[in-house]
Amino acid sequence: MHSSFSFSLSSSSSPVITRSSHTFGFVSITTPNELTLRYCGLRGEPLGFRALRLSDPPRVQTWNGRNSKMVLASLSDNQSTRKSFDYDLVIIGAGVGGHGAALHAVEKGLKTAIIEGDVIGGTCVNRGCVPSKALLAVSGRMRELQNEHHLKSFGLQVAAANYNRQGVADHANNLASKIRSNLTNSLKALGVDILTGFGTILGPHKVKFGKENIITARDTIIATGSVPFVPKGIEVDGKTVITSDHALKLEHVPEWIAIVGSGYIGLEFSDVYTALGSEVTFIEALDQLMPGFDPEISKMAQRVLINPRKINYHTGVFATKITPARDGKPVTIELTDARTKEQTDTLEVDAALIATGRAPFTEGLGLENINVAAQRGFVPVDERMRVIDANGNLVPHLYCIGDANGKLMLAHAASAQGISVVEQVTGTDHILNHLSIPAACFTHPEISMVGLTEPQAREKAEKEGFEVSIAKTSFKANTKALAENEGEGLAKLIYRPDNGDILGVHIFGMHAADLIHEASNAIALGTRIQDIKFAVHAHPTLSEVLDELYKAAKVGVHVSSPVEEPVAV
Amino acid sequence: MASLSKISLSNFDSPTTSFSSYLSNRLRWRNQSISFFSKHRSRKTMKTVQITAKIREIFMPALSSTMTEGKIVSWTKSEGDFLSKGESVVVVESDKADMDVETFYDGILAAIVVPEGETAPVGSPIGILAETEEEIEEAKAKAALAASRSDNSIPPSASSPVTQESTPSPPPHKGSSAGEGPKKIVATPYANKLAKQHKIDINSLTGTGPYGRITPADVEKAAGIESTKKPIIAAQLEPAKADAAPKVAASAGGVNFVEIPGSSVVPFTTMQATVAKNMVESLSVPTFRVGYPILTDALDALYEKVKPKGVTMTALLAKAAAMALVQHPVVNSTCKDGKSFTYNSNVNIAVAVAINGGLITPVLQDADKLDLYLLSKKWKELVEKARAKQLQSHEYNSGTFTLSNLGMFGVDRFDAVLPPGQGAIMAVGASKPTVVVDADGFFSVKRKMLVNVTADHRIIYGADLAAFLQTFSTIIQNPDSLTM
Repeated sequence: MHSSFSFSLSSSSSPVITRSSHTFGFVSITTPNELTLRYCGLRGEPLGFRALRLSDPPRVQTWNGRNSKMVLASLSDNQSTRKSFDYDLVIIGAGVGGHGAALHAVEKGLKTAIIEGDVIGGTCVNRGCVPSKALLAVSGRMRELQNEHHLKSFGLQVAAANYNRQGVADHANNLASKIRSNLTNSLKALGVDILTGFGTILGPHKVKFGKENIITARDTIIATGSVPFVPKGIEVDGKTVITSDHALKLEHVPEWIAIVGSGYIGLEFSDVYTALGSEVTFIEALDQLMPGFDPEISKMAQRVLINPRKINYHTGVFATKITPARDGKPVTIELTDARTKEQTDTLEVDAALIATGRAPFTEGLGLENINVAAQRGFVPVDERMRVIDANGNLVPHLYCIGDANGKLMLAHAASAQGISVVEQVTGTDHILNHLSIPAACFTHPEISMVGLTEPQAREKAEKEGFEVSIAKTSFKANTKALAENEGEGLAKLIYRPDNGDILGVHIFGMHAADLIHEASNAIALGTRIQDIKFAVHAHPTLSEVLDELYKAAKVGVHVSSPVEEPVAV
Repeated sequence: MASLSKISLSNFDSPTTSFSSYLSNRLRWRNQSISFFSKHRSRKTMKTVQITAKIREIFMPALSSTMTEGKIVSWTKSEGDFLSKGESVVVVESDKADMDVETFYDGILAAIVVPEGETAPVGSPIGILAETEEEIEEAKAKAALAASRSDNSIPPSASSPVTQESTPSPPPHKGSSAGEGPKKIVATPYANKLAKQHKIDINSLTGTGPYGRITPADVEKAAGIESTKKPIIAAQLEPAKADAAPKVAASAGGVNFVEIPGSSVVPFTTMQATVAKNMVESLSVPTFRVGYPILTDALDALYEKVKPKGVTMTALLAKAAAMALVQHPVVNSTCKDGKSFTYNSNVNIAVAVAINGGLITPVLQDADKLDLYLLSKKWKELVEKARAKQLQSHEYNSGTFTLSNLGMFGVDRFDAVLPPGQGAIMAVGASKPTVVVDADGFFSVKRKMLVNVTADHRIIYGADLAAFLQTFSTIIQNPDSLTM
């Protein structure tokens, strides 16, 4: 085992050489002066830890005993670099977060390994975003083909649309395998070691994978992701009471399915199921459907995505008990009022999909070995994704990204966090601005957002004493949208009229998910409205919706007149 | 003395002629704020009072010609708010746009019948307007009635009929639902929606779906609708039959007409499509006709006198009809829901106008109250606007009674189709010299025209029409009152 590591290490001598330019190469051989010089300004606290760790005697011993030959070799190669660990970076979990981090780590010249106990690609690729996009692509086409009114307005005639369930399921499955193999190949091609087995942290710098294999790494990233959260009282049998994991396999299209939870996951599945002919009942614990979206957007989304479809809903209720169908009886769902805690109703449906969110997958990760206490399963981290232990101190060289830290449970957020971590361990301080991370819900039409919702922005404004303005535009005013007969849509810009800062952008309409990036990039780069409004958009395109927004915004004119802009509710 | 036909012709100076057997009172050229109210009064004073107070229903307006139902986007006013004329009350989403709907009346928004986010068919009540605070309770009761008629959704509250039925039984042990104890009514989401749409009491249905649940097909059956499509799920279970299905659907879609070579197909314009739609809709109303001969010598004489002052024959006929309608309010009423009379507070005479490949009904509002000269002036404006396609929707869809005149073409009598939403329509034939015999047996030649009224027999009976026509005839034959 060890020999194979040392071999692979020496074989990757060329990245090692490039690495010599990076500061971590210093560890004990380069002059300590240089080390301090380089790091001090950037990061005070971690440096202290790092220095401590270097003088940690047992670690040095282990290293000497196990890898002296290899290190000597690499020493001679690199002159200034001394190798103390099997890897520069080990990532536990090969989901989208781990993958993104690994790619960036290789680019930065780190010797990287990724540990995966299940399948490469994690939730997103195998049981999440990817297969669901395949199903939604089908549902979008079904919707178009079934919408006679819409087709007629195009002058099109189509005979009754139909589908083959297995064909749809295969499309989702094939897409997942394809993306999975792409991901695997990209990791292999870049020289990232894929270590198969369940990863556990044994102690500082020490990670076990599989049954017995122990490796050491200078930095470790936890990227173990999440699993569907199933509230207690709900019995999942995988057939009639299912989670998104099962639903994505589309083994069955029930005539009537209850979806517990009306967030992204529930909403997307309602789009799929209703397009395939199911009727849907939403069960939402909060008083409003689609909590978490900007209220105005969720109001409009409800008008378009819920009310005209074969969907009804119960809000303000918990599904306290769900029993799968058996013995010739349907799935039964007991509803309990969220406030009074009294049972209000019992539903009988053909199937129930539990979409109540996701729970972090951190059990068995060995957090206790490094004195980290998970909070509701989530690994506590600071804004640089550095893990915080039970005493509130940072755990050196240990990071946690993605769903496992619960900051923003989105695949691309995990990836961005991973990249941010790699930046930090390679000597560039980096804090990811989570407010610049866009989110999208791929219903038909789509919903997307970045930054703050209007209530959040107003709350912040109240606290910090600035004004908030809103600009809105309808897709009905967009030529391309009208050409597509997709005038149903709204884009909303929340901004500071005093300085032109973009606080949030919310879009509901055709291709909203693809449109949001202009806004998220602007937020990430700190571009202000007065600057971006001069950017040119091709005509006629949907992107002009954003152009409209920027141009509708009034920056710096009437700074202190709160009633200038009527507040839409 | 000019014949009626001549008169009309000269008045309509050309492309716009007033004739037709059908009236598209729902045609719309523009979208704008519209308000629709109707006033409820007791049918006749001696009859049992239904609702005496001035409680008005706010109806779902038709905001475009293709709109059949509308969604309430938001109520800009809340229950109990005072409304003043012209204020926006509710935002309605049509198939084209969101519009503010404003009120034409002062009052208090007593009750919201259709809450935000819900859909209601065009013309159905969405809210109740009370004139005074005392009437609010009454209005609310009315709203509750309206809501219970249309609303069968199951809110997750303890008061829903579903829960009431299930609570008396001991807490159901697992799976006791199918078959024991009082039967719990289970309906699928779409079945509930359909039931609400078609005003079917879901509790009265027997489910034929799995576990005895009520399916959309059950509701459609109860509503007398042919299930248009097989549910896709059922279809996809039998892929073998899938390709046979479209053929069936195509042949079931309508009669297969023989293809005649050389024919060209010209699709309907929007206006024509609306006419066609309303024509078909009119078939659901049980109509009957009553004809009446009227001597017009006196009218013609009057017309000669007032013509130089700009009075048109249309104005004369409209005024006469309006005056008769005032005395016979039932002929001016409407049957909106098949269960009640809607007495219109205004007498608005719609007059059919043929217009370049279409048909429109400009409305002379309050024809009973305006004098002949104003009426004639108004009519000229309307015709001008109609020609320029600039009629505002309230100028062509607010009619309570319609007048159609083919007399100028020499038509002696014809039969008009009752426009949906009105109680009666009068078809006026040409005035022709006719030999008449008077009471003493003397023969003379007089000008006579035949009028023929088509009416909704649910609300207007034979005697009602006869009495109305008698009054109308008296006014025409003694036309001096028209100038007063």
